[in-house]
Amino acid sequence: MSKFISEHFVPVKIHIKERPQDFGRFKAEWTPTLIVAEPDGTERHRSVGFLPADDLLAQLDLGLGKAAFSRGQFQQAREAFQSVVEHYPQADAAPEAVYWAGVSAYKASDSADSLKQAAIQLRQKYPQSEWTKKASVWVA
Amino acid sequence: MAEIHWVRDPDQGLKQAQAAGKMVLLDFSAAPM
Repeated sequence: MSKFISEHFVPVKIHIKERPQDFGRFKAEWTPTLIVAEPDGTERHRSVGFLPADDLLAQLDLGLGKAAFSRGQFQQAREAFQSVVEHYPQADAAPEAVYWAGVSAYKASDSADSLKQAAIQLRQKYPQSEWTKKASVWVA
Repeated sequence: MAEIHWVRDPDQGLKQAQAAGKMVLLDFSAAPM
């Protein structure tokens, strides 16, 4: 985990007893809260509450995908989202990653088939997920 | 597993991230120190 974190992030620990003012600054209302942010402080993803290691790593990868997506780097975003699905298929972040991988592929290619494929994958792998419901409009 | 070297000042972390071209991971904690 530390390798992944140091490769992609500058990790900052903000303890409630040391820097309570920063909880308000970043609107952290409960612990643990993890925020993936750009160097200018713009938040790209947030996870609240304890998670086991694999779920945590999946959230961080999801955050990298969302950051790339927000910057318009849709191919890079797609790769990050696909990495979540490939490495952490059982994580709660996985169906969300399938959804956004489909949207990223659509944005990159302008082919609606990417959305349809994502919806089919969600229906097959994650039938109970809210993301499957959200993607249901992409398939007839 | 290698230890994570946490920065304790968010502004310092943002500055380092800018220089390194990385994202920032902010971990808000109340765990015993």
